[in-house]
Amino acid sequence: MYSLRRFATRHSRAFEAFYNFAEPVILPIMSGLSKLSGGRLDAPMTWVEKQAKGALFDCQMCGNCVLSSTGMTCPMNCPKTIRNGPCGGVRENGNCEVKPEMRCVWVEAWDGASRMRGGDKIHTVQFASDRSKRGTSAWLNILKQRELEAAGRVKSAPPRTQ
Amino acid sequence: MNAPDHHPFVEDPGSPLPPLEGHVSLGRFERVLRAGQFAVTSEIAPPDSADAEEVYRRAALFDGAIDAINATDGSGANCHMSSVAVCALLSHIGYSPILQISCRDKNRIAIQGDVLGAAAMGVCNVLALTGDDVSAGDHPEAKPVFDLDSISLLSTIKTMRDESKFLSGRKLDMPPKIFAGSSINPFVPPVENRVDQLKKKIDAGAEFIQSQYCFDLTILKDMMARAVDAGLTERAFILPGVGTLASARTARWLRTNVPGVYIPDEIILRLEGAENQKREGQKICVELMQQVKEIDGVHGVHIMAYKQEEFVREMVAESGVLDDREAWAPEDTGAIA
Ligand code: SF4
Repeated sequence: MYSLRRFATRHSRAFEAFYNFAEPVILPIMSGLSKLSGGRLDAPMTWVEKQAKGALFDCQMCGNCVLSSTGMTCPMNCPKTIRNGPCGGVRENGNCEVKPEMRCVWVEAWDGASRMRGGDKIHTVQFASDRSKRGTSAWLNILKQRELEAAGRVKSAPPRTQ
Repeated sequence: MNAPDHHPFVEDPGSPLPPLEGHVSLGRFERVLRAGQFAVTSEIAPPDSADAEEVYRRAALFDGAIDAINATDGSGANCHMSSVAVCALLSHIGYSPILQISCRDKNRIAIQGDVLGAAAMGVCNVLALTGDDVSAGDHPEAKPVFDLDSISLLSTIKTMRDESKFLSGRKLDMPPKIFAGSSINPFVPPVENRVDQLKKKIDAGAEFIQSQYCFDLTILKDMMARAVDAGLTERAFILPGVGTLASARTARWLRTNVPGVYIPDEIILRLEGAENQKREGQKICVELMQQVKEIDGVHGVHIMAYKQEEFVREMVAESGVLDDREAWAPEDTGAIA
């Protein structure tokens, strides 16, 4: 999986384009299925998301996906789960201080972002992930959030400084 | 601000200073920086002891030479006295400590509690760090937390201080008046993005920055030039870190074993060629302090003199970076000559 993950970062631009194209298609389908099934299809859809994103990005299912802001590199693979990396311990060869055999996730992220059209999003301060969402579908969470926002019932959001 | 009569520390050096326009804290460190003075900081290694006197002994080594003392928080993932306790002890007698908070050992509930508690005990400065992994230290069996990272921690402090609330939204009766900072390492990959990382930290709320050891000034100058261009040095005070190396062997050991320490070969060769390597290490540190002071956009220097703390006063005096200024020290201990 590790080699696929690095492939995704190297081709971050293509993945970004695909994602930008697919999101407006996938999300309404998921939304429709979720509503039609009264939520009963949420679990299988989460499973599909896990398989797809797991295979490509080593997705850890944090439930608060930021891939498009992190050069299509999943930050939850950083041993310190840093959402605004890298840390100050990156090795001279660009590998991780904690796992010397692995490329630093955030060296990859900045590299991936430099190739993306919307790569500037990496400059946005991200708040720590909401751990209560672990294991849930980030896509369904986006939908729920949008619905709440549309209904004007947004719970006090965590700080996003910029 | 006049403390109420029943306050036990009235007229005490540990009492908060009167508030000043444009200052976020009631502490001395922020005042030195905002007054445009070149600030000097150093760090205390919290003792492996329950003895408060040991903390005071270690702090007294710096008297008159430095403006703020960092208290490290389980640095290198090794266990020592807590940084909150060290800072509370130091604040009590008037020192201006910088509370280092590492995200490794505590989640957001514990950290917010510590920020409030530290502020209640007179602590005015916090340095937000992600922290070394537990595998680096003497308790590799421990569970790493990393609920927040340094930037989320900065946002947290800003939320508490400026919006007077917890992350949950629950209101604080009195917000913590904290001058917030973080660290930066200009020398490790991705070197070209380190200034972006610096900007993110400042966007998140860092008002001062202390850096990892700088031994290669070319790289530092390059980053500082880009920081000046981006207007970052107007938004935060930057204090590059300098250090003393006891010998060429120590330098080699540090650069191979401590993550993020970058020491160029020339420095090691210079140490090797010296008759007295320890003295040479101090000379290098003094020269670095002087050169760092000349860099555009730099507001101070942070000295890391692990196990050589007793030489910090001498080195600061030798470097002349304080000009004619003497840093604050408690009255009964002899200040720098
Ligand atoms: S080196 Fe990179 S991957 Fe490793 S802990 Fe630091 S930021 Fe995370």
